[in-house]
Amino acid sequence: MKIGAWTAVAMLGLTSVTLAQDGNTLSIDGETIVTEAVAPAHLENLDTIYSGWRFRTSETQALQIDDFDNPAMIFVDQALDLFEAVDGSEGKSCSSCHTDGPEEFAGLHASMPKVVDGKLVVMEDLINSHRQDVMGAEPWKWSGADMQAMVALIGLQSRGTPMDVTIDGDAAPFWEKGKELYYTRFGQLEMSCANCHEDNYGTMIRADHLSQGQINGFPTYRLKQAKLISRHNRFRGCIRDTRAETFAEGSDEFRALELYVASRSNGLHVETPAVRQ
Amino acid sequence: MYFRLGLSFAAVICATVAVSEEVKPTEVLFVDGAVEASLSGQPGDPSSGADIMNKGAGNCIACHQVSALAHLPFQGEIGPPLDGVADRWSEAELRGIVTNAKIMFEDSMMPSFYKTEGFIRLGDEYTGKAHGGGEVQPLLTAQQIEDVVAYLVTLKE
Ligand code: HEC
Ligand code: HEC
Repeated sequence: MKIGAWTAVAMLGLTSVTLAQDGNTLSIDGETIVTEAVAPAHLENLDTIYSGWRFRTSETQALQIDDFDNPAMIFVDQALDLFEAVDGSEGKSCSSCHTDGPEEFAGLHASMPKVVDGKLVVMEDLINSHRQDVMGAEPWKWSGADMQAMVALIGLQSRGTPMDVTIDGDAAPFWEKGKELYYTRFGQLEMSCANCHEDNYGTMIRADHLSQGQINGFPTYRLKQAKLISRHNRFRGCIRDTRAETFAEGSDEFRALELYVASRSNGLHVETPAVRQ
Repeated sequence: MYFRLGLSFAAVICATVAVSEEVKPTEVLFVDGAVEASLSGQPGDPSSGADIMNKGAGNCIACHQVSALAHLPFQGEIGPPLDGVADRWSEAELRGIVTNAKIMFEDSMMPSFYKTEGFIRLGDEYTGKAHGGGEVQPLLTAQQIEDVVAYLVTLKE
């Protein structure tokens, strides 16, 4: 198991970062979150899947254990206000329709993305279509603060629920497209997602401890950027780092990639909003 | 007569050296993954090579550990440690590996450092934007490859 290689590096003293795997159990306010699971059957090259939390330093891990320490919660609070805020030509707020509050969305995040009327839909699409079509409000920018705060609030309602996206039926062609993207070696460095996150997770690439690139914790709060990071923003960053032309946030390519990557997380608990370095 | 022959022979060699400045990335000749002749036509500078190991488009220690460079933090673990690499590979093989590792190691994750075509969605360096369409520069120049190779041949155990 490649995770073991990390131990060797730490002992060689090449890095001062503490052993992330010491903290094997993630328990948030008494609720246990599964960070390791048997890989779903469709994953040919992995036996076990791990949450990105398992690859972080104990300092970063600790920030996710208590919601009072989790910096992402400030944004979740802002989203609670946005949920009540009237916006747009119809004089409505989210809560005008969703009278039971965000709790109504328990479980939704764990099943996203999904196909609706032949279109592959991710959470940002659901939020913006309700804003535009029902509220008569302006759409939010994909990686904007309002949008990602709302994605985090809705995601939080599924925390502790296993990821379970559908990959067959209507979803199959999108899933296949996403899988193809995952294994394509992009850019002048000719690297695929799989090169880093499937073949080499658990090892160091320069100063970074490579995880499996799972998305069960998104949007994640990144300490480096001090804000919530969307899935598509993370995908862009990783593709840019191969010296490639990336795809746009909200592109069909990234929707398909999101479905495929989400399916690689099937079985891990939703951790939204996670904290990363 | 021998003398004259020798002279003209010498003249031919000089001429060859003068024209064979640089091998283009698209014209490198690989034999079993190895490249025999200097890509720049010049010898490499090992101290410049050591710098390239840690910077810019070289950045070899992102993936490889090198004990001789132990003062540089955060050495990666994706490829094998390069200690003693000159005992395992000849200079020509090392040149081939640094030029285009995928010829020696099929499907290697190691980037091809002296290659200018055949990329998917080639970007404009690390901007995330498309490559402008001008001439594609390899990750390392011919001379930088030679410098790195000159450094690698010093890694004996
Ligand atoms: C050159 C190496 C490299 C490639 C190629 C790469 N990534 Fe990453 N990725 C990283 C590094 C480094 C990180 C930060 C540490 C970590 O979580 O692995 C990261 C993080 C991530 C994360 C965040 C994980 C978390 O728990 O926060 C996701 C998701 C991700 N990558 C997905 C992808 C996808 C999808 C692709 C392909 C489109 C891809 N990556 C390609 C290096 C890479
Ligand atoms: C993204 C990762 C990566 C980078 C960057 C990288 N390499 Fe490698 N390298 C590898 C891998 C992986 C191998 C093992 C061969 C294979 O793919 O099976 C390798 C193999 C080698 C070998 C053969 C080692 C042996 O003991 O057999 C040499 C020499 C080498 N690399 C030199 C370099 C140099 C010099 C650079 C920078 C100019 C560099 N590498 C950059 C990943 C990398």
